[in-house]
Amino acid sequence: MSTTTATETHAGHAEGHHDLGFMRTYIFSTDHKMIARQFLFTALLFLALGGALAVMIRWQLGFPTRPLPLPIRGLFPDTMAPSGIILPEFYNSLVTMHATFMVFFALMPLMAGVFGNLLIPLQIGADDMAFPRINMLSFWITPVAGAIMLASFFVEGGAAGAGWTSYAPLSASGEWTGVYMGQILWLVSLIILGFSSITGALNYVTTVINMRAPGMTWFRIPLATWSLFVTAWLLLLAIPILTGGLILLLFDQTIGTAFFRPEGSGEPLLWQHIFWFFGHPEVYILILPAMGFVSEVIANRSRKPIFGYHSMVVAMVAIGFLGWIVWGHHMFQSGMNPLLGMTFVVTTVVIAVPSAIKTFNWMGTLWRGNIHMDTPLLHAVAFVALFIIGGLSGIFMASAPVDIYFHDTYFIVAHLHYVLVGGSLFGIFAGITYYYPKMFGRMMGEGLGKLHFGLSFVFYNMAFFPMHNLGVQGMMRRIYDPNQYAFLQGLQPMNTFISISVFLFAATQVLFAFNFLWSLKAGRVAGNNPWKSNTLLWTTPSPPPHGNFPEMPIVYRGPYEYSHPDRDEDFWPQDEPPVASGSGGQTAASPIPEPVPGD
Amino acid sequence: MNFSWLMPETVSTYGPTIDAVYYVILWITGIVFFATEITLLVFMVKYRHKEGRKAEYIHGSNKAEIIWTTIPFVIVMGLAFYSKGIWDEIRDPDLIPADAYTIQVIGQQFEWNATYSGADGQFGTADDFVSRNAIHIAVNQPVVVQLEALEVIHSFFLPEFRVKQDAVPGMITPVWFEATRTGEFTLACAELCGLGHYRMGGTVTVHSAAEFQNWLSEQQAAAGDD
Repeated sequence: MSTTTATETHAGHAEGHHDLGFMRTYIFSTDHKMIARQFLFTALLFLALGGALAVMIRWQLGFPTRPLPLPIRGLFPDTMAPSGIILPEFYNSLVTMHATFMVFFALMPLMAGVFGNLLIPLQIGADDMAFPRINMLSFWITPVAGAIMLASFFVEGGAAGAGWTSYAPLSASGEWTGVYMGQILWLVSLIILGFSSITGALNYVTTVINMRAPGMTWFRIPLATWSLFVTAWLLLLAIPILTGGLILLLFDQTIGTAFFRPEGSGEPLLWQHIFWFFGHPEVYILILPAMGFVSEVIANRSRKPIFGYHSMVVAMVAIGFLGWIVWGHHMFQSGMNPLLGMTFVVTTVVIAVPSAIKTFNWMGTLWRGNIHMDTPLLHAVAFVALFIIGGLSGIFMASAPVDIYFHDTYFIVAHLHYVLVGGSLFGIFAGITYYYPKMFGRMMGEGLGKLHFGLSFVFYNMAFFPMHNLGVQGMMRRIYDPNQYAFLQGLQPMNTFISISVFLFAATQVLFAFNFLWSLKAGRVAGNNPWKSNTLLWTTPSPPPHGNFPEMPIVYRGPYEYSHPDRDEDFWPQDEPPVASGSGGQTAASPIPEPVPGD
Repeated sequence: MNFSWLMPETVSTYGPTIDAVYYVILWITGIVFFATEITLLVFMVKYRHKEGRKAEYIHGSNKAEIIWTTIPFVIVMGLAFYSKGIWDEIRDPDLIPADAYTIQVIGQQFEWNATYSGADGQFGTADDFVSRNAIHIAVNQPVVVQLEALEVIHSFFLPEFRVKQDAVPGMITPVWFEATRTGEFTLACAELCGLGHYRMGGTVTVHSAAEFQNWLSEQQAAAGDD
């Protein structure tokens, strides 16, 4: 079924792909690779903005109520930072907007927008997405939503300050925060942005199901595409729930309904249930794609088949399912019926199992490999190393009684940043450095890449590891000045140390930005397959032309046939026809599905 | 700088129990942490690229998959059931000590108001009095706080008692604890509640039984003077 559909689509799209003009090529492009690049530049800008907000948060915590340093002191009006001193209400906006930009405008577009667009069609042998125009729409929604979110800094009352979780009733009425328009813009922006995710996800799901090249059976799909396929389902099902909740909250804000406000017999906890029912799948939306391309990088750079391919797929699908029934672990201390606690403890600890399976399989892949220590590999292994920490620290909060103490402390802040920075961001660095040659036709500078990796890894851990210790000491999150509490005053030196580490980590990212931009023009020309990879992606020119494959590729084997004993080369592309007889036990040059060797 | 992983002092009856679960998890995760990170490092060094060497063509091992699925499953389920017993002990509404002394606490922007029932032991009567940002209790006497919030969600956090419970407007949530020694301890708000969230703190003073009675009488006399 998929064979014929794919062939026809190919023939249909192959015509008329040339001379589209500047606007259609670079701005209103329907080419999935151009859309991936558009998402990449947009998301990296938002990543830088989110980082700048983090630096300001850490300025306040490291040097409480000291004026901001000179170069930026004068930038802020008296409603935010009079004489450069950050106000508590501005601090709340910083905390809220840092998380909002990072989660919704940096990590989600980087994961799904960039890699979903770039990898899915190229890895399954499709000429483009199923719905290229919807794909274009999916991108263009993002800057519109981003502009609205940015504008909220400049309205009266400032940007939203009720946290990225936007707990009602604090978020449901400007009366409690002094933020009226800012909160409304926050809601409107995220409602609009939701359509970007929904349309993108529709495309990914349809493309993976319908547009695989002949022979690309489900268990020959590379793990990156598998991870993006599972992620797309999560987006498709979770984002509408968030959007629904946001609309109800917007009604509470603007037209006086009381879905979440107790005055009208509304339920504050209902918001939390809705938010976290979206929010926990969201956590996996932010990490699963990284798990996917980290798997590609580790297998390729170890020159070894991925260990336990089927387990890896099953583990991701299991995470995709279990992610729906764990949301209550965010609410152990919320006033939710305590008898529900045990249900969510069990589901939550069970989700540790597929995470453990993935970790052990990555280690199994490295075992007896021939590991090439390039920048992508270093970032990918750092992903595994730091994801281990983020996963293990999660077990503390999964235990409801221990969560009594750790809930809303810096232990959570440490945990989530180990997953989302140590995990997602290092995964993204692995992904960008690995796929950069396919996107731009040139390699990123290796020396500068390694320097960026080394400094990032050290400063990152200096910044975030001690946050566990702050949590153990009981320091609450989202507090403007910990020194208000006698029991937290002794933690100031550590907070200052963390802040300086964050500044160094942020400064290190300039190396990445420079390497990224400089390599666009001056990088070594990559050629089609610089990493000697097996996936269809690397059979195309770098960057691939509109329509991707000159001829329909035919897939003969799984994506991880590295270092096959019968071959001189240590890789075996998925589309290379088997030799007619005598070698490798492969006899028939048939695209008909056959089991992956070794399973 | 305090890089310690030891929990700070606890002064409630169930504090040590919570800390014990924490230490069990700390040991397990600590061992897994060192085992996995060291293995990763060893692999990185031992299997680093060398000219002429080929990686081994291995697709996996069902035996290994079964082992590393089963062992984590057994460990985390063990932790889950261990946690359940303690969670119930602390939070099961039916297990709140029957002789607990009741205080009503309302969180509001940005203070904690504790209402005491006065001599008659009944709330809503003339001898009730309110203590602002200062909770007073007796040692070795279970206390149940009937927690509420006025306008937005706050979180009633007593770090030394290992107590944290959100106060939700429109809901009354009971939370109980029992002090094991006298002294003055921290009351904090742990849920972002607006611009004054960071200074929504107070104290919990634990008295001996006799002192507590004195304090109650003094407060009541003061309240009666109004």
